[in-house]
Amino acid sequence: MTLNGWIQIALFCVVVLALVKPLGFYMTRVFTGERTFLSPVLAPIERGLYRAAGLDERQEQTWLGYAGALVLFHVFGFVLLYAILRLQTLLPLNPAGQGEVAPDLAFNTSTSFLTNTNWQSYGGETTLSYLSQMLGLTHQNFLSAASGIAVAVAMIRGFGRASTRTLGSFWVDLTRATLYLLLPLCVIYTLFLVWQGIPQTLGASVDATTLEGATQTIALGPVASQVAIKMLGTNGGGFFNANAAHPFENPTALANFVQMVTIFAIGAGLTNVFGRMVGDERQGWAILAAMGVLFLAGVAVTYWAEAQGSSVLNGLGLTGGNMEGKETRFGIAASALFAVITTAASCGAVNAMHDSFTALGGLVPLINMQLGEVIVGGVGAGLYGMLIFVLIAIFVAGLMVGRTPEYLGKKIEAKEVKMAMLGILCLPLMMLGFTAVATVLPAGLAGPANAGPHGFSEILYAYTSAAANNGSAFGGLTANTLFYNTTLAIAMLVGRFFVKIPALAIAGSLAAKKTLPASAGTFPTHGGLFVGLLVGVVLIIGGLTFFPSLALGPVVEHLAGSAGQTFGTGG
Amino acid sequence: MLTHLRPTLVIGLALTVITGLAYPLAMTGLAGALFPAKAAGSLIERDGRVVGSGFIGQNFTKAGYFHGRPSATTAPDPADATKTLPAPYNASNSAGSNLGPTSKALAERVSGDLAALRAENPTDAVPVDLVTTSGSGLDPEISPEAALFQVPRVAKARGVPEESLRALVTSRVQGRTLGILGEPRVNVLALNLALNDLARP
Repeated sequence: MTLNGWIQIALFCVVVLALVKPLGFYMTRVFTGERTFLSPVLAPIERGLYRAAGLDERQEQTWLGYAGALVLFHVFGFVLLYAILRLQTLLPLNPAGQGEVAPDLAFNTSTSFLTNTNWQSYGGETTLSYLSQMLGLTHQNFLSAASGIAVAVAMIRGFGRASTRTLGSFWVDLTRATLYLLLPLCVIYTLFLVWQGIPQTLGASVDATTLEGATQTIALGPVASQVAIKMLGTNGGGFFNANAAHPFENPTALANFVQMVTIFAIGAGLTNVFGRMVGDERQGWAILAAMGVLFLAGVAVTYWAEAQGSSVLNGLGLTGGNMEGKETRFGIAASALFAVITTAASCGAVNAMHDSFTALGGLVPLINMQLGEVIVGGVGAGLYGMLIFVLIAIFVAGLMVGRTPEYLGKKIEAKEVKMAMLGILCLPLMMLGFTAVATVLPAGLAGPANAGPHGFSEILYAYTSAAANNGSAFGGLTANTLFYNTTLAIAMLVGRFFVKIPALAIAGSLAAKKTLPASAGTFPTHGGLFVGLLVGVVLIIGGLTFFPSLALGPVVEHLAGSAGQTFGTGG
Repeated sequence: MLTHLRPTLVIGLALTVITGLAYPLAMTGLAGALFPAKAAGSLIERDGRVVGSGFIGQNFTKAGYFHGRPSATTAPDPADATKTLPAPYNASNSAGSNLGPTSKALAERVSGDLAALRAENPTDAVPVDLVTTSGSGLDPEISPEAALFQVPRVAKARGVPEESLRALVTSRVQGRTLGILGEPRVNVLALNLALNDLARP
């Protein structure tokens, strides 16, 4: 570890923290329907859309209406994307002549993008036409992110309101998140990325004649516009197979830094929106503090492990840490930091290959996802995920002192706790259940590229990433098969909607309750004690659920590697 | 549910067109106007021919050139489409090795590369980036140490003094951005182009 590495990490934290309040302020105005500096341009477009759709923007929905609109909207998105992928040979903008996408791969990719997972069974430059990338993937990047933000805002309203049945309008929240938040930021961001060196062209790939006389075919495309939303929307699906490790997706150290910041920006800002909308910004900071503690612990472990390097390679006399699968311009510190950010935040973009991380360095991304990506988390998804944990933490605290638990003046009762547990338990069911199935079926065992415990980690990582809607991978796994495409898609759907819908149910139930005034017996939820309790609950639930599976994968591998043991393929 | 149908179709289609067509096409136009060279992939031309991109590494094997990092990219086997063959720096199929820390294949590959590099330059320690594949397989850069490590080989093959090559490498080192971000590095293609220019006075 170097001092410079830690300075990069500290600078990242400072910049993200500095963005929380301004973004929180702006987003609060957008989602409470107040005027912003963009209103003169966007308000007419917005009104036109509502008129064409036959909507009254003041007409709000109950939680069931909100959830129904959400589900129907995603069914529409799925059908559209599936059709584009299957028919890309017949559609324009296919200069490389990519063939049609196979049904299982199209199913997997469509599911993956509408759930904001962006798992890459597809190969980017080797599979998809430019039209599929733009009209298919870029547009789902926007809308899956906007729908995540919408659900978070609806849940915040559930906490902030009293004695009402409605949570806002899904259509209005979705439209505002897209038009006022994501689109303007992406326009500026795309130009920055092109300035840094990311291509943005509809031209076909270029054949270069290298200095040694060979021909090198360089894949290009409208990359920058997709990378912008891939980061801001915590989507993470790459234009290219190598994702943000590819020099055309992440050309410079500065571009890398800004990409890391933009993964966290909206998610962190939403904690401030939460604070503002419940009338006490400290509540938002307390939640962000709990996220920050978990984040820094993860960064410290990963950076340490990667800087130490692999015991096996160090045994050959190599020094300088683990550079396998990492890019020179980022080095070890920025690669380790990126890996923790992307898995904390449900992004899943990678600037280094996680499969080649050391055993303990790869353990942290796994844990981040298994905890449900509540450390800042995906845009929207992180906040509603964390609020579910908050309810459990408050419930546990209530049990300890024998009082009816309360949060922000709302009584937390059986219905909310049941829904919270549903949201929490569906993740281990998908992650561990499918891993268990894959490790006994020949179709599952055909996947891993590495032998021994690392092969098990590859399978565990895949289902963990899918269910948590992350999308990063231990990329050695051959996932583009009927078995993996299908099972991973199921894990993604359950992991997305069995958290989102319970979150909306909780919000609906809370909004209907009265808000009680705080009394001397109320547990304050903006202080260090609450932050500690929340961190504890997240770790205990995650630790108890997942430790056995981690022991079989990364922990065994670390011990074997320390003893100098290696594993041959097929062994 | 039926009440949701019209908004689904109208808002769904409108936002699809805005974010999936208008946005990327407008950005393509704007980026092409503001940063034409970068938007087109930062291609480098010599004598009217494209020799590569400033951001994409290429495969160097000759002793007279500085070499980039090992690359794990592959290409389809022309004889059997279900198989792939190693094709270092294949810029239309980016990939890392995805070999894990206890992989026997990785240990054997590194140990072979180490032996070859130690035979080539017995005095300096082998820099880690010269024996590890990059994440993309297209890493355009190496560390300054990795470039300096290769100076004796390149100097011998080209018949130029080591001192002038060391000066050339040092002049091509790109530092950390703002002194903080990333790592110091040398672009291999740019270095080799400068090397060729050195030979052609």
